Amino acid sequence: MSKAEILIIDDEPQIRRLLEIVLESNDYKVSIAEKGTLGIIAAANHPPDLILLDLGLPDMSGHDVLKELRIWYNRAIIILSVQSDEDDIVQALDNGATDYLTKPFRTAELLARIRSAIRRNFGGEDKSVVESGDLTIDLTARMVLKDSKLVKLTATEFNLLALLARNEGRVLTHQYLLKEIWGTGFQQETQYLRVFIGTLRKKIENDPNYPERIITESGVGYRFQSSL
Amino acid sequence: MLIEFIKKRQLRQILFSIAMILIVSLVCSILKTWLSYKGVALILLMGVSVLAMTFDLIPVLISATLSALIWNYFFIPPLFTFAIGNTDDILMFSLYFIVAMVNAVLTNKIRKAEQKARDREEKENEVKLYNTLLNSLSHELRTPIATIIGAVDILNINEKNLSVANKKELINEIGKAIARLARQVDNLLNISRLESGMLRPKHTWCDLTEMMHQMLNSLDEVERNRISIHADESLPLVKIDAGILEQIILNIIYNALAYTPEKSKICIYIEVLSGQCKFIIEDYGLGFPEKEIALVFDKFYRLPKSKTGGVGLGLSIVKGFVEALSGKVILENHQGGGARFILNFPVQTSYLRNLKNE
Repeated sequence: MSKAEILIIDDEPQIRRLLEIVLESNDYKVSIAEKGTLGIIAAANHPPDLILLDLGLPDMSGHDVLKELRIWYNRAIIILSVQSDEDDIVQALDNGATDYLTKPFRTAELLARIRSAIRRNFGGEDKSVVESGDLTIDLTARMVLKDSKLVKLTATEFNLLALLARNEGRVLTHQYLLKEIWGTGFQQETQYLRVFIGTLRKKIENDPNYPERIITESGVGYRFQSSL
Repeated sequence: MLIEFIKKRQLRQILFSIAMILIVSLVCSILKTWLSYKGVALILLMGVSVLAMTFDLIPVLISATLSALIWNYFFIPPLFTFAIGNTDDILMFSLYFIVAMVNAVLTNKIRKAEQKARDREEKENEVKLYNTLLNSLSHELRTPIATIIGAVDILNINEKNLSVANKKELINEIGKAIARLARQVDNLLNISRLESGMLRPKHTWCDLTEMMHQMLNSLDEVERNRISIHADESLPLVKIDAGILEQIILNIIYNALAYTPEKSKICIYIEVLSGQCKFIIEDYGLGFPEKEIALVFDKFYRLPKSKTGGVGLGLSIVKGFVEALSGKVILENHQGGGARFILNFPVQTSYLRNLKNE
């Protein structure tokens, strides 16, 4: 397979340079745009496999860049944002961002997000069995095994776990999860989610206090992680 | 807006002054049998002086004039006329009027001078605070920056001569310095959010046990191992701004980690009662000197002789954030010798957790 191509849209030269070095040394082909308009043109001229998009751009809002890109571009877009704008992140995810990273981020995390987002470009989500260490989730048989032993889950617990596992590696917002599992009208009932995530963790995590599979993204949502 | 406010305030003062002079006059007219009209003048003058102590100039001048007229009309013979019988009384009336006016103007001047002195002192204090902040900040920010620059230089220049272990150690130091910088920047952002009044808590349902463990995960392993969490297995969910709460507890913990002996324990107790949640954080250091306890939440306050490092912002952020969540924080020393922070927040609770799920 040829090298995957990544377009970076960010106005900070230092961050751009750093990303470029990290990505090139990990065998990605990198192109760069320092403004939103330039980024949209670059993506249209030569569609990359993934776009890293900074939300704070000088010429136009990152949200608008995202919306314009999403009209025709359907591969992965990962948002870069400064810490503590949770509303910003949720809005970007609602507008079709694949994932997000907050600055400052760790390199290992960046690479993991990119790998998982590019994998999903090629229809990675159609798996019928998701594995994570000693945990096996059989989505068609609606069965969960931990350490080869059957884990008893209620219907709601299973639906929630299956939804997260099907979108493995990707953050799902509270609102999205509530709507998918409980239906419209429940989007504000985040306490349901907390409770069910809590009981799920007790059943599938080795240490529910330090979860390794269902990861909390504070103020945003949850993410299922398969590689420990 | 401001002008309107001043007008309203002055109108109120004028009305109040008139009422007061009338009441004093009334009392004097009742006491008239025992008082000469000269005594009445002194009592009225006292009324004007009392008003001058707190009121603006114009209301006081009005009350001085009014009292002079009342004295003349009702008390100086011949009564019920502004005419005055003898020269002595004319002199007295004129003097009364002048004394009342001078009294009003002088008192006002003194008050203005006092206000000016207070303002100056406040400004001086502000400058002093600002200097303290600059000094400690430049220390707190420059030390990690110096570490980073130094380590990067060594890595650049001596790249070939450095052992792998040394290189690793230098990189480690850079990492630590960055963590320290990040904490300082977080605190500065926190304080500016507090000062600007832009802190708007967003209360959402929060699993406290989960939040606490997530928070511990942000510390390094040595720090984490010193901390233990004691909470009931089935704490209900509470509605609170988890981000702000985390900053509060982190700041108390950073403080305890920095100022208690290495490896000494820090215990966190969490309790949710009806309508409120309570955190108790105990360390096993030396505690706080009793007479300093009231001061430690002040901005830039640092205990006398405390070791270098730190700006004195941490606990003032704790206090500001606790208030933003309508909570209370109490600091005391416990019998084990060490500090105990007690945090109380009013919260909505949800026992949904105890329901069976299908």
